[in-house]
Amino acid sequence: MNQPASYTHGIDLSAIDRERRHRDLASEDICLQVKKLNLYYGSKQALDDINMIIPRQRVSAFIGPSGCGKSTLLRCFNRMNDLVDGVSIDGAIELDGVNIYDRQVNVSSLRRRVGMVFQKPNPFPKSIYENVAYGLRIQGINNRRTLDDVVEKALRGAALWDEVKDRLHDNALGLSGGQQQRLVIARAIAIEPEVLLLDEPASALDPISTLKIEELIYELKDRYTIVIVTHNMQQAARVSDYTAFMYMGELIEYADTDTIFTNPHQKQTEDYITGRYG
Amino acid sequence: MEKVHIGHHISQQFNEELEDIRNRVLAMGGLVEQQLVDAVKALTEGDSELAERVITGDYRVNAMEVAIDEECSRVLARRQPAASDLRLIVAVIKTITDLERIGDQAERIARMSLRLSSSNADRRQYSSLRHLGERVRQQLHDTLDAYARMDTEAAVDIVRADLEIDRDYDALMRQLITFMMEDPRTITWVLDIMWSARAMERIGDHARNICEYLIYMVKGKDVRHVSLEQMEAEARK
Repeated sequence: MNQPASYTHGIDLSAIDRERRHRDLASEDICLQVKKLNLYYGSKQALDDINMIIPRQRVSAFIGPSGCGKSTLLRCFNRMNDLVDGVSIDGAIELDGVNIYDRQVNVSSLRRRVGMVFQKPNPFPKSIYENVAYGLRIQGINNRRTLDDVVEKALRGAALWDEVKDRLHDNALGLSGGQQQRLVIARAIAIEPEVLLLDEPASALDPISTLKIEELIYELKDRYTIVIVTHNMQQAARVSDYTAFMYMGELIEYADTDTIFTNPHQKQTEDYITGRYG
Repeated sequence: MEKVHIGHHISQQFNEELEDIRNRVLAMGGLVEQQLVDAVKALTEGDSELAERVITGDYRVNAMEVAIDEECSRVLARRQPAASDLRLIVAVIKTITDLERIGDQAERIARMSLRLSSSNADRRQYSSLRHLGERVRQQLHDTLDAYARMDTEAAVDIVRADLEIDRDYDALMRQLITFMMEDPRTITWVLDIMWSARAMERIGDHARNICEYLIYMVKGKDVRHVSLEQMEAEARK
């Protein structure tokens, strides 16, 4: 198109396009796809017919009141619920098109591809270095130079390198809570997973450590698909691209975070995020 | 029709803060409407004393704008409102700017009335001005009423009525231009009438803006710079 030079020359006018201001799930590359997922703890149904996609290299947040099933759903993504007694699951979760609940799937290799970080930092009672190198060591990698490289890269990736580079062989339990949580994230990303599951990663941390974790999530999404469960709605609003609101085991609303926090379509979502009783 | 419910927060204090903000906006609207009524009356009846009162009273409108703005900032900082609560605060911050400008236009009309009362203006020209002033006042009144009831359909009707005000204003302009062409000695005071009419027409535009914020607040759709048909569709959704 031949446009005359004007004062708008060189200025990005895409923001003017109303339709392109919001992200859109339909145009995303699918990493995980949940299909008709039901989960029961004994006879109690905890997840009810969940259908959703988790877009690749985006941050998706699950919010909802306690007991709504958000953590349960998150744990389904790397089959952590397999460890819980009395759990039965039907439906499918596909990672890159392959059902992770398929009989042939090796759970250990699944968990290498789908890493997880919990609410309470759980470093091993070993040195900082050995914590990060752990995943590689159990894969049989013991080459010193390889481990050095991976440890530095993972610690840098978790924004912890500068704080610990002079004391890599100190015990990890001597770190602060926020540092421990970043160490655990470094341990998770050292084995280069595709997906990172974060279950309340900042709820035990002070506000500054929380912001560092949030900043880290923002940096990590260039390389990983991130799913985060949080009780802190403002945190979901700050870090996520998409937000899912769950209630009593059902997925009530799932949309781009801007829509969820400015103009949700379901009344239950509105009531929850504005702090009203439903 | 879905409504924005200010109440029902788990935090009773938050309910009260939002309710207080909304009430203050309506009170500011009432004050601005009174300023407009007085300004038009001062103009058409040549009441200089009333005009002076309008001019000196504008500070109260400004003070309310500042106070409500401050309260909105406070709620944003302390409550981090979301969804309809957020839209309420955003809409209020914009609404009070337009209300304050309506106040300024009322003051302008009052100043013109002082100038006109000391000129040899032909008072017969005032009737169409009185008519325009009354329409604009009704428009502002309806806007505040729709705002109080969160009535988006009424808001669309008000926006539609603003087009008629614009037509009335254009007709008045043509009439006054003819008047000046016939007798250039009248130009000075006819210009003052024109400025007054212009102020009234601007008030109609501000009322229209407030109606747009109201639709945004209730429906979550930004209807600025869209066609009346689109606006109507959003307001009735």
